[in-house]
Amino acid sequence: MGCQPHHLLPLFGCFCLVFFSRCVSTMVGTSPLLSVQPTRGLVDEKIQVVVRNLPPAFSVTLHSLHHSEDKDLWEAFGQYTSDGQGTVTVAKDASLGGTYEGAEPMGLLWSMQPVPGSRTGLRLRKMDVLTPLVVHISVYSGHMTEGFSKQSPLATVVTERWYMAPGVCRIDIEEHGVRGTLFLPPGPGPFPGVLDMWGGGGGLVEYRSCLLASHGFVSMALEYLSHDKNRISDIDSKTYFEKAFRIVQEHPLVMKDRVALFGLSFGTSVALNLAAYSKDISPRCCVCISGSHVLPVNKSISEVFKKINEDRYKTRFDEEGCVVWRDIILPIPTDLGEKVDMGRIKCPLMLVVGEDDQNWATVESAKDMAQMMRAAGNEHLLTVLQYPDAGHLIEPPYTPHFRASNFIVQKTRQKVIMLWGGYTKPHADAQEDCWEKSLGFLRQHLYPSHDSVPKAKL
Amino acid sequence: MQILMTEKAATPLLLLHPSRGLIDEKFSLMVQNLSQIQEITLHALIHSDDGDYWEAFGHYVSDATGLVNVANDSSLGGTYDGVKPMGLLWSMRPVPGSRIGLRLRKKEVHTPMLVHISVYRGHMSQGFKEQVALASVVTERWYMSPGVRRVDITEGGITGTLFLPPGPGPFPALLDLWGGGGGLVEYRSALLSSHGFVSLALEYMTPRTSGGSTSHVGNEYFEAAFTVLKQHPQVCGDRIAILGLSFGTSVALGMAVYSTVIQPRCLVCVSGSHVQPVKGSLSDVFSEINKNVHNTRYDEENRVIWRDLLLPIPTDPTKKVDVGQLKCPVLMIVGEDDQNWPATESAEDMKQMMEKAGNSHLLTTLSYPGAGHLIEPPYSPHIRASNFMVAGTRQKFVVLWGGETAPHGYAQEDSWKKTLSFLEEHLYRSTERWHHRSYSHDGEIIFLGLSFS
Repeated sequence: MGCQPHHLLPLFGCFCLVFFSRCVSTMVGTSPLLSVQPTRGLVDEKIQVVVRNLPPAFSVTLHSLHHSEDKDLWEAFGQYTSDGQGTVTVAKDASLGGTYEGAEPMGLLWSMQPVPGSRTGLRLRKMDVLTPLVVHISVYSGHMTEGFSKQSPLATVVTERWYMAPGVCRIDIEEHGVRGTLFLPPGPGPFPGVLDMWGGGGGLVEYRSCLLASHGFVSMALEYLSHDKNRISDIDSKTYFEKAFRIVQEHPLVMKDRVALFGLSFGTSVALNLAAYSKDISPRCCVCISGSHVLPVNKSISEVFKKINEDRYKTRFDEEGCVVWRDIILPIPTDLGEKVDMGRIKCPLMLVVGEDDQNWATVESAKDMAQMMRAAGNEHLLTVLQYPDAGHLIEPPYTPHFRASNFIVQKTRQKVIMLWGGYTKPHADAQEDCWEKSLGFLRQHLYPSHDSVPKAKL
Repeated sequence: MQILMTEKAATPLLLLHPSRGLIDEKFSLMVQNLSQIQEITLHALIHSDDGDYWEAFGHYVSDATGLVNVANDSSLGGTYDGVKPMGLLWSMRPVPGSRIGLRLRKKEVHTPMLVHISVYRGHMSQGFKEQVALASVVTERWYMSPGVRRVDITEGGITGTLFLPPGPGPFPALLDLWGGGGGLVEYRSALLSSHGFVSLALEYMTPRTSGGSTSHVGNEYFEAAFTVLKQHPQVCGDRIAILGLSFGTSVALGMAVYSTVIQPRCLVCVSGSHVQPVKGSLSDVFSEINKNVHNTRYDEENRVIWRDLLLPIPTDPTKKVDVGQLKCPVLMIVGEDDQNWPATESAEDMKQMMEKAGNSHLLTTLSYPGAGHLIEPPYSPHIRASNFMVAGTRQKFVVLWGGETAPHGYAQEDSWKKTLSFLEEHLYRSTERWHHRSYSHDGEIIFLGLSFS
C-alpha cells in the first residue's frame, strides 16, 4: 500500500503540476475509460454504459445531457461506486441516487428531466427524424447532484439515438386532401402497413411511424388535427381516415390485406370507430394506446369535439393548477349511441392503458370494452396491457417521462398545463414493455410465419 | 361456400443489429419467417467510394421454425463457409467483371461504409443483380464514433491528420504509421480515436523536394511528429505509443531505439522488420532494400513478391535495429503467409536478439498462419494481391500481399482485439511507480512514491 498523504494534497498537487504538467487527472491515476455501446443506436435499442480504470471503491456520477431541438437542456444522472476492479457497469450496478436508482441499464435516458432553471411544462419530442437525438454521457468524480456544467468530467462520450434506420425512406404525402408522412423500410417489400394516429395535441408527429418503418412496416403518420384552426373543418367524417388508410393500402410496396391501425389517445378513438363501423376499410389488427371507445358514434370529428366541450365542466385541477381531464368521459355511458359497439370489432385488438392516466379515463374504458366484447363473444380478439403508475403518454421507450406539460387546447387555442399522470420509473417500464409487445403483436398479425393454415370461410 | 386462397407468401424479416456500428463492431444477423428447411443465400454488397462493387454471400438452410441465425448456423458455401458471424464482411471481393487489383479503403472517414444485406431464395452464386431479393436492409459501418474530432496538422513541418476523442482528456496518444504505399491514410487513426486515443495519422512516404533535390524525410520529421503529440494540450505526454505497419514498423523500431526525442510508452509493429541500417533514415532503408532488388520474385500470375529483398536476415549488427536496447513493451504482429516482407523471419530474429540482451520479456509476438501482409482493422475484405504504386516513383505493380481469406480475416479480428487491449494496458492502465522529487521549504529533498494498489 503506497502512502496516501491526503493532508499533503495541495502541496503535492502543486508539484505535480510542475513535474507532470500534462496529466492533471493524477489524483485518480490515469483517465477512466468510458464506453457506451452502441454509439449510434435506434431509439429503442439498449445501450451498455461501462466505466473502467477507476480506482476501486471510487465514487462517481454518470451523467447524460441532451440539447433539444427546442433549445432546452435535459439531463439525468446516477451515483455509483466502482467495484474491486475499478469498474462501473450500469447494466448491473445499482445507482445509489440521482434521477434514477437501482440497476437501470437505460436510466440515463428515460429519467432525463429539464436542467434546473429551464422553462416549465416541457416535453421532449423529436420533430426532425432525419437527424438523431445526440446525448453526451459523462462520468464525474464524486457523488454529484448539481453543478455538472461547472465541473470538468473525467471522460465523455457522445451517443446518437435514431428514429430512422439506414435505408428508411421518408415521403411527404398530400393526396386527396389527406396530409401525412409515409415511411418505407429498405428492401423490395412487399411490407405490411400501418396507419399511425396521435391524439388531441394535433399536428404531424412523425417519429413513431419512422421507428415502425425501421422495424419493417410501411407506416404513415397522419395529420388530422391541424394546428391551423381553419383546417379542422376539412376532417368532417370517417372518409378522411378511410382515404388515409387506402393510401397506405394501395402503395405498391404494401400488402393490401395486412394494414393495421395504431392510435394513441384520440387516435385510439378514431381507430376503434373505424374498425367497428367502416364499410370501406378493414384493418388487419389494431394497437390502441391510452384511449377510449366513449365518443359519439359515427359522427364527425367536429361533433366529437363539440361533445367533449359540453362535458368540459368536468375538468378538475390538481394542487399545482394542472388540468385534469380524466373525468370528462365519466361515467362510462350505457347508451350505445355514446360509445363504439365493441361487439362489431372483427380483428385482433391490443389495448394499452396506464393506471395513473390523468388525462382520459382509459382504465374504466378498457374494463367496459372488455365487458362489451365478452358479452358479444369476440373477447378472444382482445389483449389488454395495463400498467400500474403509468400515465397517459405511453410512447416508444427510453424517452423521458413528464407528469404534466404545456398543451394547447385544440378548439380554443388556450394554453394550459395538462396533467398526464404516471411516475417516472413505472412509466418508463411501461413504455419499454408496451413497445416490445406492440412490435410483437404487429409482427404476429402482419408478418405471419410461412406455414400459416389457409383460412376457409364457409 | 367460399374458400379464401392460401395467404400470400410471407415476407421474411431480416433483423440486423446494430444498424449503425463501428467498423470493428460485430453485428447479429437473423432471418425470420422463412419456410421450414428453406434454402436461402445471404448477400452483402458495398458500393465503394471508388465506384466499385464488392460482395460476399453465404448459403444457408432455415431450421424448423423458418429461422436462420448467422451466429449459430453454418454457411454451406459461398465466399465463406462454416459458422462465421462476420463472414459477410470479411469475405467480400470485387463483383465479377470489376477492374483488377482493387483494394477497399475508405478515404472519407466522416461518412460510413453502407452495406446492403439481402436474402435471396435458393443457393445462388452469381446473378444477384438480376434477381429480386426476398428482403434487404442497410447497415452503416463507421470509422469515426460521434464526437470524434478530425484536425488537419501542418505544424512543425509535418503533414498529418489528428483525431481526438470526445471529452476533456487528457488522453494517451498514438503515432500511426502506414507503409510504402504512402499518402495520408486516416481510417485507422479515426478508429483508434473512437476507442479513446488521440491518434496522429502521419504522411511521410512522399519524397520531399527541397533545394532542388528530392529525398525521403529524415528522422527529425518523425521526432517533430512525436513532439506535436507530446505538446498537445489534450495528450498525456508520457503516454504516447507508435503503431506501424510495414515500413511504419521500421520507423517505429528505429526511432524507439535510437532517437533521444522519441520515447514511446509501447510499440505495436505489424508486418514489418527490424532489418535496416542502424541509426539510418528512411532513405537508408530504401537503399538497403534496393540493393537486393534482384531477389524480387513473381508468382504464376506475374504478381510481385518482395519478401526476399530483406533476406537473409543479416547477422551483421550494423544492418538491423539493436532491439536489445528496447525499453518499452512491443507487440509484434506477423502473418505467416506474408509475401511482401519477411515478417516471420524478422520476428524470430528479434526474439533471439532480445533473449540474448535480456529484454525479451518486453516482446509479445502474435503469429497468424495463413495471414498475409496487410493486417488491418477487422471485417474489411482480405485481398491477396492488389495494384500498388511506390510513393513518389509512379511505378505501378501488382503486388502479392499473401494470405488466405478465412485465416486472414481471423488474424485481423484477433490482432485488433489484442492491439486495443495492449494499448489500453500500457497507455491507460499501467500504473507506474512514479518517484519524483519535491523540495520542502528548507531545501530537503522529499521523495513521494505514488501508487494505486
